[in-house]
Amino acid sequence: MKIALFATCIVDAMYPQTARATVKILERLGHEVIFPAGQACCGQMHINSGYMDEALPVVTNHVKAFEAETYDVAVAPSGSCVASVKHQHPILAERCGDAGLKARAQAVGAKTYELSQLLVDVLGITNAAEQLGSYFPHQITYHPSCHGMRSLKLGDRQLDLLKSVGGIGVADLPEADQCCGFGGTFSMKNADVSSAMLEDKARNVESTGATLCSGGDASCLMHIGGGLSRTKSETTTLHFAEILASTIDEPVSVTGEILVGKAGAR
Amino acid sequence: MSSVFVGMPSIPVFGDGNLHIQEPFPAAAHRELGNTQMRANLRHATHTIRDKRLKVVGELPDWEELRDAGAATKNHVMANLPALLEEFEKNFTARGGVIHWARDADEANRIVSDLVKEQDTTEVVKVKSMATEEIGLNDYLEKEGISAFETDLAELIIQLGHDKPSHILVPAIHKNRTEVRDIFLAEMPNVDPDLTNEPRMLAMAAREHLRRKFLSAKVAISGANFALADSGTLAVVESEGNGRMCLTLPETLITVMGIEKLLPAKEDLEVFMQLLPRSSTGERMNPYTSLWTGVAEGDGPQNVHLVLMDNGRTAALADKYGRTALNCIRCSACMNVCPVYERTGGHAYGSTYPGPIGAILTPLLTGITSEENSSLPYASSLCGACYDACPVKINIPEILVHLRGEDVDSKRGAKKLPTQMDLMMKGSQWAFSSGKNLALLEKGLPLGRLAAGRDKKIKRLPGIAAGWTQSRDIPAPPSQSFRDWWKKEHEPVAASNEQEN
Amino acid sequence: MSAKEEILSRITSALHDAPHPEPVPRGYRMTSEMPEAGLIDLLVDRLEDYKAHVDVVATRDLPATIAKRLKDATSYVVPHGIDRSWLDTDSLREDTRRLIDAPGAVLSVPELDATSAVLTSSAVSIAESGTIVLDGTPDQGRRAISLVPDHHLCVVPVSSIVQLLPEALPRMDITRPLTWISGPSATSDIELERVEGVHGPRRLDVIIVKGL
Repeated sequence: MKIALFATCIVDAMYPQTARATVKILERLGHEVIFPAGQACCGQMHINSGYMDEALPVVTNHVKAFEAETYDVAVAPSGSCVASVKHQHPILAERCGDAGLKARAQAVGAKTYELSQLLVDVLGITNAAEQLGSYFPHQITYHPSCHGMRSLKLGDRQLDLLKSVGGIGVADLPEADQCCGFGGTFSMKNADVSSAMLEDKARNVESTGATLCSGGDASCLMHIGGGLSRTKSETTTLHFAEILASTIDEPVSVTGEILVGKAGAR
Repeated sequence: MSSVFVGMPSIPVFGDGNLHIQEPFPAAAHRELGNTQMRANLRHATHTIRDKRLKVVGELPDWEELRDAGAATKNHVMANLPALLEEFEKNFTARGGVIHWARDADEANRIVSDLVKEQDTTEVVKVKSMATEEIGLNDYLEKEGISAFETDLAELIIQLGHDKPSHILVPAIHKNRTEVRDIFLAEMPNVDPDLTNEPRMLAMAAREHLRRKFLSAKVAISGANFALADSGTLAVVESEGNGRMCLTLPETLITVMGIEKLLPAKEDLEVFMQLLPRSSTGERMNPYTSLWTGVAEGDGPQNVHLVLMDNGRTAALADKYGRTALNCIRCSACMNVCPVYERTGGHAYGSTYPGPIGAILTPLLTGITSEENSSLPYASSLCGACYDACPVKINIPEILVHLRGEDVDSKRGAKKLPTQMDLMMKGSQWAFSSGKNLALLEKGLPLGRLAAGRDKKIKRLPGIAAGWTQSRDIPAPPSQSFRDWWKKEHEPVAASNEQEN
Repeated sequence: MSAKEEILSRITSALHDAPHPEPVPRGYRMTSEMPEAGLIDLLVDRLEDYKAHVDVVATRDLPATIAKRLKDATSYVVPHGIDRSWLDTDSLREDTRRLIDAPGAVLSVPELDATSAVLTSSAVSIAESGTIVLDGTPDQGRRAISLVPDHHLCVVPVSSIVQLLPEALPRMDITRPLTWISGPSATSDIELERVEGVHGPRRLDVIIVKGL
């Protein structure tokens, strides 16, 4: 299968190892991965901040970039960005009075999957240890991000994949379904409320005793990780793609460092 | 059927009353967050109700089908509102009820006040009603020399405590049992000085306090949960029996209701009376529901009035992306599940309608430019818990985003300096609207890495980004973007592999 | 322009770009096939959950059960249309505690307030939600009599029980003054915890009668 990777802006610029892990998993399964070079961002930050005029060129760029290539499906290691591509892009196009863009955005959205959706629903992965060789001998907990859980209805796809990794221990996160408080520019505009939400999330993560908290959205993980880092916590965050990419031969540390292998350290 | 619209749509007429917030949400939230007792009370109450709601909703195998039917019914109501209102009026009037129409809060208040005065009394008993809260009826009546006695327990707590409601179902949710006891001891005449903080004892004290009022009141004022167009029937859903007292014993009953409360027919109750109690108090059914159709001879009030009120509802209806907010049945499930509401409480929203629904309904009723109301749509992390819980599937996150757009657009072109947020959005528009631009920007990543210093953390950012670094670090950026790695290291490998094949 | 005309015109204007609404999907349960024993069990379970007291009796045992439940009442009111055979037992037949509320001979609010109990029939009951509907017909009386006395004794004929709310609505005359009762009065206003007993009757006793 020819799979177009939508890295998402935050992963591209801040967490490249998450995208590299995504590529690694898909190539390990024998699929061809392409990276549409025109891609930049889904525009969610602009849309959610109310800057619709500014969002339009960003959304148009995304649609163009993914129309420019031929592929079977597109994938992104982010529930939030996929939800934006699928749901927000057509609405924005309609609001801006561009019916043509709306139809094109719907077509791109229909072919776009969040990573666990692609792995489970399309590629039939149910056991990461057996099918991907995933091995990660650490105690983790897992935060289901809001947009994946509620907009994409991912259910337990990410969690079940993580539980099937060799050597792993997964502790239940108390109040897992509660938002971490990120919310894009919400964390700046309503920093006090956002911080109060983060405080509770961080406390719940720490209460599990796990050495790291995994999840499917780099932005939420940056938020939770940033809060844990500020309180000098030992616990960090790591995207589930990196855990799935970790094997006995090419292990990944709890901080996401690739410990052995040709790909080198980040 | 509805009349044919000809000509240009008229300019929306916005609502008035307790809907204009005086303090921006972040500032009010900052203050409320400091109230640790209130936060503990709210956490306890919202978590209790969440569990109850999930349990009773989980019992019904057809919950989603009921939600679908509820949402579609309300959409149908809004689309056919003129015809349904006329049908309701005809049926209610045919059975001896009197209908009054009120364009806004002031007109509604005046109508009610005049009706009370006609009865030659200076006291009325009231059933909890969001509509009368919205228009500030009690204050208006007081100025006219009429005392309004709230009879719902939580409203009584608020009234005795000279407080403001912070929740639409449980207005005193921010008070715990001990605080309630203290209010009763201080403010309730003839209260037992040995009153404990046990909820049962507090409820008994309220019963004693109000019983004489109920038995002697000449006029009652209520809201309504539903109005059935095909029969002219009104419904009030309640728990304590204070509603039944008000709707049954006085000679005169005045109901104030927003025009959006209609349902087409009796059969629709089979949907809404399953959705509402389970969503609001987490009960299979609320203890009491009263239905009345005009005047029933020899049973209950013989002088029955209904005030049908606009007060900004038509303005909300005119907003094509926001109009479904009017589908709200005031169950309060959205605020009970909201992580923002749970932490700030209802007072931070500064309006009669707090929580997620309030953050959209308030600016829809008043217009986004009124006072500080434009800060309300930002009072959400867009986590979507409200949309999941809403029994009539109002897509609150989508409307929040839409109203943020209205806010930003309303400020465009105003001759003032761009805000930091404006600059950030403009700058990132450039970076995010082309892969090339983003690649260019990413060339600066090593610089950021350098700036992060030895512990590889960015701990303080200037301007609006300081909001982020007040409680979170940012990791040092990587030395190379994914895009750059792909181009330089992966793509050539992939290309050479292909050649080998 | 009158307020009515103005509001209707605002609405029409507001809706000028509104899409035609989709038909209402009614995929929820509208009928059920629960046998009588199941209906009784379900209704009892729900009512007891609300802290109501429930007896399930055969028709012939109804008068004795009523007598038992009214044992502590110093006085009680019945609507004029109550089935006299229900009172056909020694302690109730010539009962001086009994007050009758009838059109033209209505009890005043203070009289009702001084009465300790009320006995009524009921129109229809919904097992799934534990809801009993009173509709003001002569065996249930006007609304005030089942509201002011602190103890409500309510007779539910088995034939009036349905499982689902959609099955109950066709049995209701919606233009009559209706009261849906689900347990004794209660409040959740303090810390969102339910407490039974506020302004409405604090004691609700239900007698489900088989064969009626």
